[in-house]
This record gives sequence, C-alpha cells and structure tokens, in this order.
Amino acid sequence: MNLAWVLLFLPLIAAAANQLYFKRIAFIASVISVGSVAATFGISLMLLGADKSPEPLRWATVGDFSIEIGITLDQLSTGMMVVVTGIGLLVHVFSLAYMADDSAKARYFTCLSLFMFSMTGIVLASNFIMTFMFWELVGLSSYLLIGHWYQKDSAADAAKKAFITNRIGDFGFMIGILMLWGITGTLTFSEMAVPATVSTGVLGACLLCVFCGAVGKSAQMPLHVWLPDAMEGPTPVSALIHAATMVAAGVYMLFRVQLSIGTAAFDNFAGDTIAWIGGITSLCAALMATQQNDIKRILAYSTLSQLGYMVMAVGLLSGEAGMFHLFTHAWFKALLFLGSGAIIYACHHEQDIWKMGGLLKKMPITGLTFAIGTAALIAVPFVTSGFYSKEEILAAAFTGNKVLFGIAVSVAFLTTFYMTRAFVVTFLGKTRSDNASHAHEVGPMMFVPLVLLAGMAIGSAWLTGPLNAYVPEHEHGHAEGHGLILGASIASLLLGLFAGFALYNGKDKDPVSIPLFRDRFKIDWIYDNIVVKYFQDAFAAIVHFFDEFLINGLVVGGAGRIAEGFGGLFRRVQSGNLQGYAFAFGIGVILVIYLTVF
Amino acid sequence: MLALLVALPIIAFIAILAGAPARQAALGAGLANLALGLWAAFTWEAEMWASSVEVLAKPSLHLAFGFSDGMSVIMVLLSVIVTVAALLSGRAPAGREILYYGSSLLISAGAIGAFAATDLFFFYAFHELALIPTFLMIGILGRGDRREVAWKITIYLGFGSVVLLAGLVWLANLAGTFDIPTMVAAVKNGSLVIDPAAQKGIAALLIVGFGVLVSLFPFHSWAAPAYASAPAPTSMLHAGVLKKFGLYGLLRIAIPMVPGGMNDWLTPLLVLLVGNILWVGLVTVSQKRLDLMLGNSSVMHMGYIFLAIAALAASYQGPALAGALVDGQAVTLSSVGRFTNDIAGPAAVLLMFAHGISIAMLFGLADKIERSTGTLELTDLGGLAKAAPSLAFLFGLVGFASIGLPGLANFAGEVMVFLSAFKNYDPAAGLGPVQIACICAIWGVVISAIYMLRAYRRIFQGESVRATESSLDLTPADRIPALLLAVTLLAVGLFPNLLLSLFK
Repeated sequence: MNLAWVLLFLPLIAAAANQLYFKRIAFIASVISVGSVAATFGISLMLLGADKSPEPLRWATVGDFSIEIGITLDQLSTGMMVVVTGIGLLVHVFSLAYMADDSAKARYFTCLSLFMFSMTGIVLASNFIMTFMFWELVGLSSYLLIGHWYQKDSAADAAKKAFITNRIGDFGFMIGILMLWGITGTLTFSEMAVPATVSTGVLGACLLCVFCGAVGKSAQMPLHVWLPDAMEGPTPVSALIHAATMVAAGVYMLFRVQLSIGTAAFDNFAGDTIAWIGGITSLCAALMATQQNDIKRILAYSTLSQLGYMVMAVGLLSGEAGMFHLFTHAWFKALLFLGSGAIIYACHHEQDIWKMGGLLKKMPITGLTFAIGTAALIAVPFVTSGFYSKEEILAAAFTGNKVLFGIAVSVAFLTTFYMTRAFVVTFLGKTRSDNASHAHEVGPMMFVPLVLLAGMAIGSAWLTGPLNAYVPEHEHGHAEGHGLILGASIASLLLGLFAGFALYNGKDKDPVSIPLFRDRFKIDWIYDNIVVKYFQDAFAAIVHFFDEFLINGLVVGGAGRIAEGFGGLFRRVQSGNLQGYAFAFGIGVILVIYLTVF
Repeated sequence: MLALLVALPIIAFIAILAGAPARQAALGAGLANLALGLWAAFTWEAEMWASSVEVLAKPSLHLAFGFSDGMSVIMVLLSVIVTVAALLSGRAPAGREILYYGSSLLISAGAIGAFAATDLFFFYAFHELALIPTFLMIGILGRGDRREVAWKITIYLGFGSVVLLAGLVWLANLAGTFDIPTMVAAVKNGSLVIDPAAQKGIAALLIVGFGVLVSLFPFHSWAAPAYASAPAPTSMLHAGVLKKFGLYGLLRIAIPMVPGGMNDWLTPLLVLLVGNILWVGLVTVSQKRLDLMLGNSSVMHMGYIFLAIAALAASYQGPALAGALVDGQAVTLSSVGRFTNDIAGPAAVLLMFAHGISIAMLFGLADKIERSTGTLELTDLGGLAKAAPSLAFLFGLVGFASIGLPGLANFAGEVMVFLSAFKNYDPAAGLGPVQIACICAIWGVVISAIYMLRAYRRIFQGESVRATESSLDLTPADRIPALLLAVTLLAVGLFPNLLLSLFK
C-alpha cells in the first residue's frame, strides 16, 4: 500500500466515520478530524520530493477506455500537499477553540475533513476527469462550510451563490477538458502533448475554456462575486478554504496544465486573456478593498487581488512566479484570516473595524502576528516572504507587458494602503465599542497557530528545495530592469504606508468615501437585479409560459379535443368509471396489436 | 428464472385480490425480487435465467425472457430496487390498500417483463400492462385535478404507444420474426438488409413513439403534472423505472436494427434533446412547487440520455464505407455498418440507472415532506433542516446526486455521456453537431444547480417557517427506502465499474 493512497483517503475515512458514528459526539469527531489532518501532514512531509507515482486505479472502464483515479507525485504536488496539510492542521487546531461552543461542531469537523479529502484530490490528481471530480467536491465542502450557520439567510444565500457561480466556471472547464481530450487524445497529465497540427485558434479557445474553471474557483472577474460573500462561513474556514488553499486551486490547475502541455501552448491570445483578466481582477479588487469596513471582507478582496496577481503571472507564461506567490501567500493570508478570527472571537463577533481600535495593547500576540502577516502581504523588502514572491510577479509583468506592470505596481501601492488602513483602524487609536473594550488575548489553542504561521510568513521564501521547487534564486536578481522593479516596489510600499497612516491614524470614522468602490463597482447589484432577475428568472418564466400555453395548451389541448370528438364512448368514460376505461384501454391495445400482426 | 421475476409480483397481485394482506404480500414479492435481481447481476450469463414458452405456433410467438446483455440486467436491477423502495414509501389511503399495492406490483411486473423480454410482442405488451395501473393510481388516488391529468397522460401515452406500435410492426414484418436477438443478429451479419427509406421511416416512428414515452421535447408536458398528481409509489416507479422503457427501446431496438435511419434523424434528435435540457430546464427553474419542479427536472435529465443515444447514432458508419480506410485498415466487411463510439451505450445505461434511483428517492422524500408539513409550495416551507435533520441530509444527498456531484451515481453517468459526445471530436474539423449539443447539455448542469439549490435553500435553510416538531423528521420506517436508494447511489457513484463491468 503506497503512502500516497493513505494521504488521499485518510481524510475521507475520517469524514465518513464522523458522519456515520460520531454525529452526536462532537468531541470525538473533532479529535478524529484533527488526528487525520495531523497524520496527513506527517505523510506529506515524508513524501516531500517523492516522484514515483503509484499505479492508478480504474474508476470507470468501458472497453479500452478508462477513467482513472491516480496520483501524481512530483515536486509541484508534494510541495503543495505540505502547504495544504500544514495550514490545514493549524486551522483545525485553531477551530478547536474557535468553534468550541458551536452546537454543530461535529458537522463542522466532518465538513473540514471532507474538504481536506477534496483538496488533496485536486493536488494529487493524475488526470483531468479526476481533477474535475475533486474540483466539484471542494465546491461541495465549500458550500457546506459557508452555509454552516444555514439558518442565517445571508449564510444560506452565500453558500448557494458560491456553488452556482463555481458551476458557471465549471461549464467552461468541462468543455475545455473535453476539447483537450480531443486534441491530445488523453486525459492523463503526464501523457499530454499538443500535436503541431492543431490550430492556434482551437488550442487557444480550448485553454480559455479550461481557464473558465479557474475563473470560478479562483474567483477572477467576472465570477469573483462569490468569494466576499463566502465570508459568511466560520472564519477558520475562510482562512483555509477561501484564502489559502481552495481558491488557489485554479492557479494550481493552470500551472499543472502548463507543465503538462508546455508553456508555449499559452503563447497566444489565451495567455494574453488570462493575464489581462488576472491584472484587471487584482486592480479592481484592490480598489474595492480600500472602502470595506468588515475586516474579513477587506481580507477577502485582498485575496481576490492577490489571486489576480497569480493568474496574471500564469498568463504571462511565468507560472513559476505565480506558484511561488501561491506558496507564500497561503501562509500569510491564512495568518491574517486566523488573526481576524481571533479578533472577531475576542470582540464577541464584531467584524466592523470602525467598532474596534486599540486592540494591539489588549491582544499583543494577535496584534504582532497580524502585523507580520500584513508586512508579508504588503511586501516589506528583504525580510518577508511576500516581498520575494511579489518581486517575481512584478518581474514577470515587466518582461511580459508594460501596462500590466503598471497595474501590478498600482496594486502593490493599493495593497499597502488598505492594509495600513485596516491595521491602523483595528489595532491603533482608541477603542470604539463595548465589544472591543472587553477584548483580551485569545488562548494558546488560537495563538500558537498564529505564531507558527507568522514564522512561515517570514520564512517560507527561504524554504527552497523540494518543498518549494519553484522558488527562484533570490540573490542573483534579474538582469533586465531589476533596479527599476525594486525601486517601484519600495516606492509603492512607502507611498502606501504614508497615505494609510496620514489618512487613518487617530480617525474615528472613514474620512474617505467612494461609493463606487464600496459598492464593489455595482457588479453584485447588476447580477442580482438584472442578470438573475431578467436573464434568468424572467426568461425562465417566459419559457414556462410558452411551455404551458403553446405546447401544453394548443398542441396537447388540441389533441385532446380531437380525441373527444371521437364521440360518446370517450366522453362517457371520462365522466364515469375510470377503472373500466383503463382496462378497456389495455384490452383495446392488445387487440390492436393482435389484429395488426396476425 | 427470469420468468419468476415477472411472475412473483403478478402472483402477489392475485393473492392480494384473493384476500391476502396487501402490504405484506407486496413487500414479500418485492424483497424476493430484489434478492433474485441481485443474484442475477452476478450470474446473468448462466443459461438458467433464459426461458421460452411457445404461445402461438404460426406466426411463431414465444413468451421468452432472457438477458441479452448487461443492459437488460442493469434495467432489471433498477426495477427491483425501486420497487422495494416504492412499496416502502408513501402511505396507502385507508381502504384502498388493494388498489395501492396491487397497482405498484403490476407496474413492477410490467417493467421487469419489458426489460427481460426477448420477444418484440411481449416487450411491447408488458409496457402496456404497466401503463394501466399507472392511469388507475393517478385517476383514483391522485392529488389535485387527478382526472384531467389521468386523461391527459392516457391520450399522450396512448398516442405514443400507437406510433411505436406502427414502427414495431413495420420492423417485425420486414424481419419476419419477433425474436429480438434473431433480428439484431440478422442485421449484424447482413442477412437482413433494411433499405434506407424504410430505415428512415421506422426510425422516425420509433423516435416519436419511444420519445413520447420518455417525454422527449416537445412531447413532455404530460410528465410533470402526472408525477405531481400521482401517489408516491407511482411517480417513483414510473419516473424511475417505467419511463426508461422508451430509452431502453431505442437502445435495444432502434439503434441496432435501424442504425442508418437513426443517423438520418440525428439533427432533429439533437435539437429536441437540447429542448429537453435547456427549454425544460428553464421551465423547471420557474416552478414554485417541489413536485412539479422534480417532475420537470426528470424530463430535463432525459435529454442527457438522449444525447448519449444521439452520439451512438452519430458514430454509425454505414456499409457504404466498406473498402474505405478506418483506423488505418481497410474495412473488409462489405454489407454491414459499425458504431465507432463504444462509450455511448454504457454511458446511457449508467445514467438511466442513476437517474432512476435518484428521481425515485426524490419523489419518495418529497412525499414525506408533504406528509409532514402538508405542503409542497416552496414559499410556504423553510428551515426544515433544524427540525428534520435526517430528511435534510438525505434530501441534500440525493439533490446533489441529481445535479451531478461526483461520488454519486449520476455524475458517473453524466461525465460518461459528455465523454461519449466528444469521443469522435476531431479538432481539425471543428465542433460537430453532437459536440454543440453536448455543450448545451453542459450548461444544463448549471441550470440544475440553480433550481435544486434554490429549492433546498427554500425548504431546509433559513428561518423555520413552521413550528419545529419532532414528528417532521424521517421515522425509522421512512429511512429504510431512502437509505436503500442512497446506498445504491453511493455504491455506483464510487464504483461505476460495478455496473460497467456488466458490459462485456
């Protein structure tokens, strides 16, 4: 039995055991889930750098054709597994404290284990159908966890929105998979090769369809709307699923495709489109983040923006830079989310930063680790991991497209600005609500994960070798424009810090008001009030009307009247003995057969 | 042995008429059949299952049963599983037990008979036999405007049956026999050649005839009101099992016997099945009642199975190609055609099975919701998950199954159908009509998610609309049929090869 299979199926076994036997024994359920994720973390460390993939299982076989469940072990997947299970473990431990009083704790941990299973499946998948299967399953676990407090309308709606929005992306994804199957003749990643005869148009269209999947899962525009709403879920879930791992699956999958069929296949309009969508998403999300007041939403828009960075890098044929940023971002964004969870927990479920303030003194460990996470996100030079990965992205943009480079630098400035705002308003100044004034530091079950994550927020850029195969060499710098990139990066950082402090230090309410950013460019409004209302519901109602009156009313009703015209027999039967009629009908039919045939 | 599977429900029916306790007799037959069906799944190739009794010498007519291939086995298995679940779901109105259980038994016997018959006459007759109790259940024990609905479904299915009959008679006259395996073999080895015009005519009759029975767009409007009106076991048995007769017939009769004719009608068939998926899909989105929504969704999902059938028909290479190069080798056979798509058939059967199980479970649970709360209006329901966690869990499971969540049977079927539609995709030639229809079908996956999650949201999530009573949840007796179906969905979803391995 190969260890990799244990790695894949252990979380499923944990989830199944919890659902079947420990639904009402929350303590055992949580121990099983935490135990399973700890074990998978250990296995991930042992498998690090392994490259002997086990023999795949045949899931569905017809003749020579087979859909397989297989495991790819390579530097990419084993490195990603350490990130997924490492952050997963910390989030599980944090949840023990955060969800201690929840009435549905067993269900929560069951869903977390289900998520770990699904995410592991995406990372290890050896073929596209398997990726798609686990892709849908992470969608399910995300749906279940966002809707954990399903009696709240907003949570139930957000869960539904997340699933359906992802399904829209998966529409394209499935088409892309099928086309790629037609083009390469295989579904297995390691066997994929694009024949030279395939036209750029077909290949590009196919890759854009595949990209649709990433647009949904990694919440790129225009399908980004579900991610901010997904913050309705418990905060540890936001840290694990909606910041560190699941939303990165889109980037991971794109990079997996790049590795399989070669970066050159993206060197056409598909790559350009991907890069632009990433760039635009990163800019718009950063703008929206500057005007949010809910601490989780600020982080959610920040996640969108950073995912946009990664997607842009993939589109610019620098998937390595995107993956590097994915690795570092996972740690420090999980840190920020868990930190916000600690704050929310301490402030009795207050999420509005304007009702916080002065928390650094009350919660020094949380405050300091949050500061480290912020430093990594805004890319404080030379000491944080985020700096190195962002440099790679900026360098990719610089080489690839100067306009996108400009966008990327503006995003760097905006990131610093909104994170400074969030930090200053939350942690500095004076306390602005009762809930916040009663806040005190959280227990070790919560702050130990924060401290460990803070260590990774600094250190993850230096963990090279098999863990982080895509970390480029820092020391040598980039031949072209290195100084300019570094300068732009530091300048945007300083400018952002300055603007953030100058505008927000000591303020009790937001001195800036830009409704357009606060209302997320009205995109959600347009979807709810125009797309859903008219293009979906009204259109469906019109179709329903025609179905009822045209097909049902005229065609069938007409046929019915003709039949009635046959006279008294039918009419008498209709008003009378239905049993008799039905038997007469049956006998009649058999008579008809007999007469016709013989 | 197969005859026993058909006979048991009929014997139980006669026993009930003679005064045996209805529920016990029906369940006894159902459980015995379930055991026999499972046994058959392992040993279906053994000779003991086949049987033949001569009914008429001239023309030669045999009451013959047998498993022609894995498809029959899977359909019989579907029938026996859903039968047990249907008998255990729903509640017979007081004093109506004989009609209630007797009808269910006859529907079951008719369906098994149709799937197991190897004789064209009985293939058709058994389906007709099953329709009669269906009408009775709707007309006598149905809800709402039951008489109007029963009248409508009678006209509709009567029309479909007559058109179908014409096609079958035409076919039987050309073949000179009623024995289906003999007919198929004759077409395969070239001893029976049906000229293209006749093929086209027969195929048209079969598509319309079988199509009406499966609610092919635009002949679909009987289905949703009928299922909404019918008592739970009837909608479970009809939507889950009996309706598959039409699809089974297309795969058993039309595809092998008139492949060229099916190929001729490819484009209209594709248009109609996209109608099933997109048009009826939108109709489903706008439903305000759970039972109508489920009925329409069942019509919608028929489109996916038609897609696999169309992909199969599209892959037919007629005898005209003889001598040409196929896969680099010259075709040597001179008078027969072949299908180049070996995924489509198993995909269609897998999805038929999955859909049958899931729709039966949905109708069973919807009936429970109505018995508990007294309503199926989506706006009158809310927050049921709190008071009825088991119901919410199982409904969620089957709801996700029906919208194609991996790990549950429907996904395996759907993904195989999509793969079958792209099996013969040639990137150089661009997207063909089958692929375009498939893309429309994939959009249907989004539509399904919209209506199913919306319904789930309304019924189970949010604030509780009704006072929470413990009696809302599934009782242990309610759980048995739901769990039987849920376990089947999981087993086939996790291990599709359980069924696919039956195709040799």
